[in-house]
Formats: sequence, structure tokens, C-alpha cells
Amino acid sequence: MSDITKQSLSELVKNIKEKKLSSNEVTKAFIDRSEKSKELNAYISEDYSSALEKAKKFDEKQNLDLKLPGIPIAVKDLFCTKNVRTTAGSKILNNFVPTYESTVTQNIWNEGAILLGKLNCDEFAMGSSNETSFFGNVQNPVDKNLVPGGSSGGSASAVAGQLTPITIGTDTGGSIRQPASFTGIVGLKPTYGSCSRYGIVAFASSLDQAGPMAQNVKDCALLQEIISTYDSKDSTSIDFKRNEYSKELTKNIKGKKIGIPKEYRVDGMPKEIEELWQKGIQYAKDCGAEIIDITLPHTSYALPAYYIVAPAEASSNLARYDGVKYGFRAKGENLIDMYEKTRSEGFGAEVQRRIMIGTYVLSSGYYDAYYLKAQKVRKLIKNDFDEVYKKVDAILTPSTPSSAFKIGEKKDDPVSMYLNDIFTVPVNLAGLPGISIPAGHDSKGYPLGLQIIGKAFDEQNILNIAYAMEEKISFKNKINDWWIK
Amino acid sequence: MSIDLKTIKHISKLSRISVDEQKAEKLAGDLNSIFKFIEKLNELNTDKVKPLTSVAETTLKLRSDEVKSKDIRNEIIKNSPQDNEDYFVVPKVIE
Repeated sequence: MSDITKQSLSELVKNIKEKKLSSNEVTKAFIDRSEKSKELNAYISEDYSSALEKAKKFDEKQNLDLKLPGIPIAVKDLFCTKNVRTTAGSKILNNFVPTYESTVTQNIWNEGAILLGKLNCDEFAMGSSNETSFFGNVQNPVDKNLVPGGSSGGSASAVAGQLTPITIGTDTGGSIRQPASFTGIVGLKPTYGSCSRYGIVAFASSLDQAGPMAQNVKDCALLQEIISTYDSKDSTSIDFKRNEYSKELTKNIKGKKIGIPKEYRVDGMPKEIEELWQKGIQYAKDCGAEIIDITLPHTSYALPAYYIVAPAEASSNLARYDGVKYGFRAKGENLIDMYEKTRSEGFGAEVQRRIMIGTYVLSSGYYDAYYLKAQKVRKLIKNDFDEVYKKVDAILTPSTPSSAFKIGEKKDDPVSMYLNDIFTVPVNLAGLPGISIPAGHDSKGYPLGLQIIGKAFDEQNILNIAYAMEEKISFKNKINDWWIK
Repeated sequence: MSIDLKTIKHISKLSRISVDEQKAEKLAGDLNSIFKFIEKLNELNTDKVKPLTSVAETTLKLRSDEVKSKDIRNEIIKNSPQDNEDYFVVPKVIE
């Protein structure tokens, strides 16, 4: 069968179940394409030979009741994978080999999936362009020298470039939705507590969530139902009734109330984004949804609050990298000198910047003025959402304030880089689910995404709205395989 | 408010990241522009607002204190930059 890598996850699963394709054929096809796609730099570590072994084993004793029967999948290199190097995109973890498996990856292996390799990402998931990775920039399959977004940039590039049928990323302030939008794919950030954080390299623990990235909404729903489980190993995992999202997926969203927040019309937003949003509103109406104007008055405070809360938690989480028990160690004259040199040489510039911000806002005399203040603002942001959810079922916004930009374009201006996440960050602060779906192109032919934000634990509803709108939008990614010679 | 080089040196000590003059100056510039952006929060009066510490409004569950991983010392030690097979080795602390 030709063009295996062009098939969606659902098609691949169907073809394996009907024995039209073997796991070996599918795995080989994705490895071949990945090998030809080195210029994208989507992988940090490849695990091809053991993937082929596992595929062969699967074919010898096929269990076709599984949801991901013999499907090869590459994952973001932020998930600990037992006996497979896990770097978090950092020099400091360059040689780290976990002795345990993250819960979300274990969940996909339990359903028959096979690890292809570990995907590039911003260092410790801190970045919006994949330019902070120790392992280099990732190319966006849409165009040469275009960033894929971040921090799950390798994941987005690998799905859009068809190096893996689906993947899992993580999202602390937009790290799934923004790269999904930049590469023309679907990405879901689930409700906080939906997917276990066990075995995920921690960035900001009160915001981090793992989530699916896929070619379409149906595949995204299937992966979400697999990775979302209650886990006693994560103390913030929440025990709620989880749907079989893919089975209960419906395009019938008649009468659903969708809110349009006026505060998301930010200064300097390109006309193309406003037009895309208006188109999105029309599509939602065409699907039978009711559109309601709403207000989220504290939106403009979300990003400043985020840049206190996230670095504060990061500075605490990253204290563990001291060159003693694992990871990189620099030579020092004494213990303290060793710590300081290890961290100075082991962390990249953006990570050091955020550790410094976090340390400062938590330091004596500044805690109340910054950290406590930010937590109070976070409460106001959550209150905004609680208030509008009395009137609407979901919220529709653009995913990002612009399309993908060129590599290097924003590298030296941290604040302008941070502004990328202006529409995604409030969702993390309030712990809500949000999904980005591809919805159109700008004048350069670069993809643009729309975001649907839901109530906590209401993934099914936003998946349904995305599913209905996806059909109306009928987006086609403009990828010409420029990197394949 | 402005973050000077002295403050950068202080934060670098607290975060155990060594910083030379050149890097300190770059960091001071970056941090000042970031904090200028963060200052926006001062527009809001939050005197009567309760801080939000966790979005998951559940009480933490108790679990029994059991050993679940056994005999993994060698596996763990394997990741260390320096060891003597039984222990992690660090530069001498006591003379």
C-alpha cells in the first residue's frame, strides 16, 4: 500500500485491524520518511531498530482489540521513557536515561503503540519557537526557516510532516495549541488534572498538562481517551468520569452557546486574524450554534501573571539539577562552585532567565509584591471564566495573534516572544481545556488556528464543536515536502 | 523599579548559577524589560482577593506509605556523573 504516512491514525488503525497493513509495514513507512526528513530536526533521539523489533513481535501475535494496534508513535522528549534517553531539550539531561515510564506514555503502549523516538522541544518546554532547544531549531514543514512554534515544536513538525501519525505534547502556557496552529494540525490542552503528570519533566507544576496532537479532531479525541486516566502517582490527578471521547464524538452542536470575548481583539492584531475569527463565528453559526458576546475583563493581566507564576514554579522545580545524582556535571573547585558551574553551563539562556525571574519573585521582601499578587490575579482570571460559563458552553478565539514567524525573528526580544501565548495562557491559569484547530491560511499560505475553550472536564463538548467546525472549514495543509530531496 | 547588577549577582547566588560581568549585564537588561511588562499587575487592586494556589479544588488524597520500587539502586546509580558503585561522589565538603 502506497502513501502509508499520508493516512490518518483512524485509517491506519482500520487497515491494521482489517489486516490490509501490518504493523511492520506501517512502522517501516514512518521510519523511512523520518530518515528522509532529518532536515526538519524533529527528533532528538531515534529508537528505530527497537521499534521494528516491537512491530515484528506485534505482527507475530496480533492483538487487534487494542485501540492503537502496532501503531508507531514518536513523543515529545519531555516524557520519561524507561531505558530510552530523555533530555527535555537540555544539555543538563543530555545523558539521562530514565529508570521509569511516564503514565501517559505507558497508557499508549498499553493500547499497542510502539515508540518511534523522542521529539525535539524547547529546553524544559520554555519557549514559543523551539529555538531554545540544546539540540537546535526545528523546521516547520510548511516553509523553510519558519519556526514550528513551541514548546512542542518537534511534535508539531513531526505530525504535520507525517513522521508520526499522532503524538503527545505538553502545554504549560500554549505549548500544544500554538505549535498546532503554526503547523496546521489539531492540538488539545486538557483540563488540569485530566492527564497524569507522573514522569513528565516538570516545568510549572500548577499549569503543566500533557495532551494529544493529531491530523484531525477524531484522532485527537481517540488519543485523549487513551492518555486521560486517574493516577495515584500524581497527587493533582483528578478522579472524574472520563468519556470515551472518540465514540461519543458528534457533529451535532445545535443550540450550543458559544461566547466571543471582546478582550481577545488585541491592539496590533493582523487583519487576517480578525477575518479568520469572523469566519470561525460564521462556521459555528452554520453548525447551529448560538453566538453570544461576552467579556473576560482581566484577559490583559494573564500574561504578566503567568510570567510570575510559571518562572516561580520553574525555579523551584529546576533546583534538582545540581550535577550530583544524574545529568551533566561541570568541574568545580568545591561543592558550591560545582553546583554554580554545572547550572551555568548546563542550562541555556532562556532557562537561566526564567530561573532568575522565579528566584527573584520568591525572594525575601518580594514574595507578596509579585508571587502573591500574581496568584490573586490568577483568581480574578478564573472568576472571569466562571462568570461567563453561567451563560455559555464554550468560548471561541483565535489560537495565536499571528501566523508562524521566521527562525531568529524574535529570538532577542523575550517580551515579544512571550506575546505569542496571549490567547492561550489564560486557559492554563484557569485550568481549563482548550483545543486549537486549523482554520485557514494567511496571505503567505501559512496556517492559522482557532481555539475553542471549554468548561473544566468538558473535553467532549469542545471536541464536538471542533469536529463540527472542522467539516465546515475543510482545511487543507499546504505542504510540498520541500525538505525531501 | 530597576534591577541593577548587584541584584543580579544576588539572584545568581540564590539560584546557584554563576554569572560573569557580560552575562550579568545582558540579564539585567532582559529582566528589566520583563519586569516592566509585569508591572501592569499593579493597575489592579487585589486587597480583597484570595490567592489561587490550585485550580483543582480537591483535597489531597491520602495513600498508604508502601515501598513499590525495590532493588533499583544500581539502575539509579548508573545515571550519576560520578560514583563509587554504592554512593554518589561529590567534591570534598569537609577539610
